[in-house]
Amino acid sequence: MVDAKKDIISQLQKDILLWEGFKPPPPGASGLAGLGPVEAAFPNGVFPTGAVHEFLSTEPEHAAAAGGFINGLLSALMQQGGACLWISQSRTLFPPALKVFGVEPDKIIFIDLKKEKDVLWATEEALKCEGLAAVVAEVREISFTESRRLQLAVEQSRVTGFILRGVTRKLSTTACVARWKITPLPSELEGNMPGVGHPRWNVELLKVRNGSPGVWKMEWAAGQFNMIAEPVAEEMLHEERWAG
Amino acid sequence: MQKRFVTIWFRHLLTDWMTIRQPDLKDIPFVFAAPHHGRLIITAANTPAEAQGITAGMVAADAKAIVPGLKVIDDIPGQNLKLLKALGLWCIRYSPIIAVDPPDGLIMDVSGCTHLWGGERGYIKEVVNRLRGKGYDVRAAIADTIGTAWAIARFGQVTPVIEPGGHTNALLPLPPAGLRLEPVVLERLHKLGLITIRSFISMPRSVLRRRFGEGLLLRLAQALGQEDEVIIPLLPVQPYEERLPCLEPICTKVGIEIAIQRLLETLCKRLQQEGKGLRTAVLKGYRVDGKLEQVQIGTNRATYNSGHLFKLFELQIAKIEPALGIELFTLTAPKVEDVSPLQEALWAGKPGLDDLGVAELLDRLAGKIGPGAIHRYLPDEHYWPERSVKVAGSIRERPSVDWRTDRPRPVQLLNRPEPIEVSAPIPDYPPMLFIYKGKRHQIKKADGPERIEREWWLDAGQHRDYYNVEDEEGQRYWLFRSGHYAGSQGNQWFIHGFFA
Repeated sequence: MVDAKKDIISQLQKDILLWEGFKPPPPGASGLAGLGPVEAAFPNGVFPTGAVHEFLSTEPEHAAAAGGFINGLLSALMQQGGACLWISQSRTLFPPALKVFGVEPDKIIFIDLKKEKDVLWATEEALKCEGLAAVVAEVREISFTESRRLQLAVEQSRVTGFILRGVTRKLSTTACVARWKITPLPSELEGNMPGVGHPRWNVELLKVRNGSPGVWKMEWAAGQFNMIAEPVAEEMLHEERWAG
Repeated sequence: MQKRFVTIWFRHLLTDWMTIRQPDLKDIPFVFAAPHHGRLIITAANTPAEAQGITAGMVAADAKAIVPGLKVIDDIPGQNLKLLKALGLWCIRYSPIIAVDPPDGLIMDVSGCTHLWGGERGYIKEVVNRLRGKGYDVRAAIADTIGTAWAIARFGQVTPVIEPGGHTNALLPLPPAGLRLEPVVLERLHKLGLITIRSFISMPRSVLRRRFGEGLLLRLAQALGQEDEVIIPLLPVQPYEERLPCLEPICTKVGIEIAIQRLLETLCKRLQQEGKGLRTAVLKGYRVDGKLEQVQIGTNRATYNSGHLFKLFELQIAKIEPALGIELFTLTAPKVEDVSPLQEALWAGKPGLDDLGVAELLDRLAGKIGPGAIHRYLPDEHYWPERSVKVAGSIRERPSVDWRTDRPRPVQLLNRPEPIEVSAPIPDYPPMLFIYKGKRHQIKKADGPERIEREWWLDAGQHRDYYNVEDEEGQRYWLFRSGHYAGSQGNQWFIHGFFA
């Protein structure tokens, strides 16, 4: 009886997703390498490409961690040989480091602009271009209207967009499908060996449209994402509720 | 195709120019003079002065004796060449190939141009009338050869238009000075009583050569069309150029847009037929007041897509200032490359840097914010972090060496290393803690040092010992010590990057 109800509910959820425009993945399509449990947090259990994701980072250390995580995602998105645009105002990303995350640094085109307005204009233009695999934009703040323009652009072109937000004091709502926060975690080497290990992050999925937020611990090693521990999603949800 | 040439002779180039600048000089006899061996020699005289017997080459003091009120103006060296160049550029509206003929003439190759002005007579009339309207006293002639046109412009009495094939007959009654000969040769001809070309044209060539040198024969052959004469065009002729003369001067944005569209359509059609695509295009607008407006666009890939090119020009239209109006538009493609149209259709959907959409996007971005904002990096063979990447020259350039992954490099690299305070008790060990932007970071884990030597052939200074450290919160940094461990004096430490 309980199982039957569960089936009905999951069926209804799938229907709602379909009406909202989330198509179930075609059979045989695989998700992004190694994102495993994180992907389950998204509708239909698939990491949404062709959408805009936002990443919060206030400190340069967090921006570096988010940069590493995004590059891990980019390596999967760019596997077909696609190019990526990285649009920013004062860029500190160091291209040679990207190779470690499986991205060919020469496939990334950097657009360095002087004005915030130009960054958003260039991002929108880039997201309209179907030939790109992904677009990363470093902005200080983004308003709801601006984010909706970006979302409308990707709905046409199916390009994946990543927005790195620097200022999070006034955290406005946006039309992005997911809000991430990546913070660095102390690395560990096997057998407590001395030295700095592989990059390890606390991956927080603060908001997901039609999905369930959560927190995971991940490591980038041997060219892929590895999970460190089980998600502590419920705990996180509590915190969110208190905070919100 | 039958070649036709026009030569224009400015009879009083410098003095006319002066009169245009100072209209009250119009009826006053004045001359230009330059010092020569301690004397002032007249270099140019205006019409009222010439009417009283003053010619170029006279001594200014003598001329003053003849005409008491003569005004003498200092000669401006090189001014006539400058004027001729400007006039030549103005004449581009009549023909694309124009050469300066110092000291006082212009040569135009008008093959295939004259029908636009209703025949050769109308063409000459238009050119001469427009130049006279500006205030220049000019004579022009059109003929099959430059030599004949030159002679007719200066010495012709009958008609300025010499029909094709009629140049030999037209030359016969002219004086030998029409052949552009040296003064010595002219003087010798004059002494021998050869005062028209007719009188020596049928002499045996060996006789002429012996008495007057090779120069006379060459000039004669050039005037008769037996020898080709090469002119150096003022503007190099672009193989891909489209022109659009306007009936009425254009001074609106819509007008300019229509002009660009028309020019692009014809140019792109031609490029497509020849299997070429353009990389740069220059739009020039010749304004009514003689100024030249110019905008340029560039593309990352050779293209003949007129829609895309129009979008690029659209971003530039605001830079064109029509003022009173633009009467001629020219569109040139100085840089043209081969494209293979079939392949484009096949690979249009292929993602990557070769994608057409990406190239067009980059063109648009470059058009709006300038090409300096777009970078792509390739690995360079340097260990020094700031020099380990180089900017790619073009979108098609591929890395010549592999990207290195054997050494840890930070995801974020500061543009300039920032000094930090550290406590490092043991030589050649990473510091125990460091203070960056007022915050203490206790170091828990560290790797290193990785010594990177400065490339002494490029710049001087200390080497760097890099440490890859992690603090108690798990944040990872790239620090370095400048130079060797200095003991009690202390070392300068820097933070240079953040690891993921």
